[in-house]
Amino acid sequence: MAAGTHYLPGLTPTNEAPVQKSDDAAGYYVLGEKLVDPKTPTGPIADRWTTRKFENRLVNPANRRKLDVIIVGTGLAGGAAAATLGEAGYNVKSFCYQDSPRRAHSIAAQGGINASKNYKSDGDSDYRLFYDTVKGGDYRSRESNVYRLAEVSTNIIDQCVAQGVPFAREYGGLLDNRSFGGVQVSRTFYARGQTGQQLLLGAYQAMERQVAAGTVEQFTRHEMLDVIIVDDRARGIVARNMVTGEIETHLADAVVLATGGYGNVFYLSTNAMGSNVMAAWRAHRKGAYMANPCYTQIHPTCIPVTGAHQSKLTLMSESLRNDGRIWVPKNAEDCTKDPRNIPEADRDYFLERIYPAFGNLVPRDIASRAAKYMCDEGRGVGPEVEETQPDGSVKKFRRGVYLDLGAAIERLGKDKIEEKYDNLLDMYERITGENPYEVPMRIYPAVHYVMGGLWVDYELQTSVTGLFCTGEANFSDHGANRLGASALMQGLADGYFVLPNTITDYLADGPFDKIDESHPAVVEALDGVTSRVEKLMSINGERSVESIHKELGQIMWEYCGMDRREEGLKTAIGLIRELKKEFWTNVKVLGSAESLNQDLEKANRVADFIELGELMCIDALNRRESCGGHFRGESQTDEGEAMRHDDEFAYVAAWEFGGEDGAPILHKEDLIYTAIEMKQRSYK
Amino acid sequence: MKLTLKIWRQANASDKGAIKTYELDGVSQDMSFLEMLDLLNEQLLHNDEEPVAFDSDCREGICGTCSLMINGEAHGPEVTTTCQLHMRSFKDGDTITIEPWRASSFPIVRDLIVDRSAFDRIIQNGGYISANTGSAPEANSVPAPRDKAMRAFNTATCIGCGACVAACPNGSASLFLGAKITHLGELPQGQPERYSRVQTMLAQHDAEGFGGCTNIGECASACPKEIPLDVISQLNKDLRNSMILG
Ligand SMILES: Cc1cc2nc3c(=O)[nH]c(=O)nc-3n(C[C@H](O)[C@H](O)[C@H](O)COP(=O)(O)OP(=O)(O)OC[C@H]3O[C@@H](n4cnc5c(N)ncnc54)[C@H](O)[C@@H]3O)c2cc1C
Ligand code: SF4
Ligand code: FES
Repeated sequence: MAAGTHYLPGLTPTNEAPVQKSDDAAGYYVLGEKLVDPKTPTGPIADRWTTRKFENRLVNPANRRKLDVIIVGTGLAGGAAAATLGEAGYNVKSFCYQDSPRRAHSIAAQGGINASKNYKSDGDSDYRLFYDTVKGGDYRSRESNVYRLAEVSTNIIDQCVAQGVPFAREYGGLLDNRSFGGVQVSRTFYARGQTGQQLLLGAYQAMERQVAAGTVEQFTRHEMLDVIIVDDRARGIVARNMVTGEIETHLADAVVLATGGYGNVFYLSTNAMGSNVMAAWRAHRKGAYMANPCYTQIHPTCIPVTGAHQSKLTLMSESLRNDGRIWVPKNAEDCTKDPRNIPEADRDYFLERIYPAFGNLVPRDIASRAAKYMCDEGRGVGPEVEETQPDGSVKKFRRGVYLDLGAAIERLGKDKIEEKYDNLLDMYERITGENPYEVPMRIYPAVHYVMGGLWVDYELQTSVTGLFCTGEANFSDHGANRLGASALMQGLADGYFVLPNTITDYLADGPFDKIDESHPAVVEALDGVTSRVEKLMSINGERSVESIHKELGQIMWEYCGMDRREEGLKTAIGLIRELKKEFWTNVKVLGSAESLNQDLEKANRVADFIELGELMCIDALNRRESCGGHFRGESQTDEGEAMRHDDEFAYVAAWEFGGEDGAPILHKEDLIYTAIEMKQRSYK
Repeated sequence: MKLTLKIWRQANASDKGAIKTYELDGVSQDMSFLEMLDLLNEQLLHNDEEPVAFDSDCREGICGTCSLMINGEAHGPEVTTTCQLHMRSFKDGDTITIEPWRASSFPIVRDLIVDRSAFDRIIQNGGYISANTGSAPEANSVPAPRDKAMRAFNTATCIGCGACVAACPNGSASLFLGAKITHLGELPQGQPERYSRVQTMLAQHDAEGFGGCTNIGECASACPKEIPLDVISQLNKDLRNSMILG
């Protein structure tokens, strides 16, 4: 059923609905009704988005001015949406917690962005990009959404080039591409190691143009602390002005959350310090379903941890895997030696050995686990770190493997490598104090991205009417594992092309009844936030917010990290429940709520991370299969490879908030494929 | 390592502010400068003293949020951002003075945090290419010569941190401005608005109270992204041309 056959992809189901037999999470959750209508159009897959765009109702330009849209988040997803909706003439209010929209975390993305332009004539197409993405995500994403993503990917590049994004170019002045993150075609567009920055500046500048035009109003240093729901529709947000401490309400006809990912639940991650789950979690508590929260992407090429002081981890773009060979010493005795003195014969290029077809370019989950196993075996390199085992004992490990640019430097020359990766290698040297042109770099996996997020339908609307969610904050496009260079693509697809089309259909029913600040639902939301802040300020215990966050992170990494098991997850849930009590009785926040107070900001965020952490563990416990970034130790082949159970788990787990002390309610959305046939992934 | 830290404390924009001195022990060479401040804050919290407020987010040298004057130098002694400065650049027993960016166009918000929204307003006044969503031509239909594209890229790396302003005795933002003018002006897509852009952006720069450039060059030596000084010549050249051609 490859592209180009007579078969019209999209017409007949290729799999049956799953039936779950195991019930590991029994007692921790309540089973709710199935989700049956994600509003996906039917028909040939290649026509679905065109059909939907045509079916969507439009809003007359004169009426757009009367419609207010709140967009929380100014990353690729939120910034692009604000620019586009502003340009279309809607009244947009844009929020971010940083001092400028340009600092949203999308800015940190290093490697690149995919698009099915087929500029290299290496057989790429929309269908192939779609196919690779669904397969790479281990068949846990919704096929219609992914096809649409592939379809608009080419427009993204056109749009960004027109805005002046300085992508890499060839000598003839045309755009250059590279292959990236486990893909065999060269479809990745890049701007050295700073692709995210350049794309974000494009969206930011487009948005600032609308600020000048008066269609977008920007609120910086404003943090959303709750969503306001009136008559079952999202009608606004409660936000804290982080400079004055004032708690404000902002009302609108629709609300969009583009607030990024929650990887900071692990404390150590490659995410920015302020990245949080608060907006999504507050929406979850008001009725928005949280889907597949346990799907965490662990990125194989980060700089290893050096000590307890560490506040975050730094990524080394995985484009380095194109030129770097990954190895560990064959003999554990060599692990403390200078790697330059270890002869070729004593090096184990483990990815090339185990996965000869893909070698160093296997997908991230596979590369990450392989590195972990090498270190577990005692063949890791770098400083020794102590780790608490599930049974409470302490063992020492070296958590690092070599990424060796030696051969590439010999083949291409130091200059070429420098030009390709410039700031990355400088950054490595600055952090580690070692010169990567001379000594092989040390890398280790780290938490990097989350595939879980608020459940959305095909229109990107959550289970709360009028509340939309885009970018990393939603769950829809990457399944259980995200291929490299596809998150940037999703952020911009959602922001420039998808949301601006789907939200208009919703807005065509508006303007909705005017509400004002005195509406009981608004007052209630405002009071709720105010009393939460007062509570946090009044506990006056012993523990810093930071120390509680660190403890949560250790629990999550140990039991809900790269290898999860039933017993560990149950232990974790117990520990997290205790930590929650500890937080609400013993946290210490100084200063006042009526001024800039960074500890208060953190306290608000960590409180939500704790609740999210528990749900992640329950979700992971329920899913007794290994797929993508979710590896359940109980589900592996004899050779130690991940084993999926499509017959039981080919569904999206959408969790409904079950009340303050109630169990979460699981709604399943069956994943039925019509344009692709599920296969076991094999990279051997 | 053991350090003596002299830190600017200021409760809010209207407070007078003053330097306070703190002793800090247990600093490791591997810590970033900001992790060293995290350690101090943990200590202050335990002594019931309010932690020092400072800005940071990515801690990877790319978002431009962190901003500290360290011993009188923007981002400290190395050519990098504060988050990428490591304590191996200091010695046991050192005394380190830490202040917020110094520039009247960047008013102090609290302690070490300043308000850099003037940069956003400069961008609002022409710091973009007007390209409506959905109507862009095929990306390869307009080739960009590689050397120009490289220069555009090199100047587009500005992270908007404001170190150039903080380092400049005149408080000028010419390096920041020149970087954006050069980035957009080197690309074929940027030509139609080239001369209006330089005029509107510069007008806003002046309206925000940033000083004029007298070619001192402190900006380029403080810039963590090594934006070259010649973007200011390009700015001036485009300005002259705009008077003739614009
Ligand atoms: C180091 C790193 C490298 C990466 N490299 C790549 C790559 O090469 N290719 C790729 O495709 N992807 C990459 N990714 C992933 C990709 O960058 C992100 O998934 C993507 O940029 C997320 O965009 P976003 O718009 O959804 O969210 P973000 O860019 O994270 O934006 C979130 C926005 O929400 C705001 N916000 C959050 N919470 C609140 C709140 N409560 N109130 C108000 N505002 C709030 C923030 O201020 C911010 O503006 C990388 C990620 C990291 C961390
Ligand atoms: S020109 Fe350099 S110093 Fe100035 S804002 Fe840009 S990156 Fe910072
Ligand atoms: S914190 Fe982002 S550049 Fe320093």
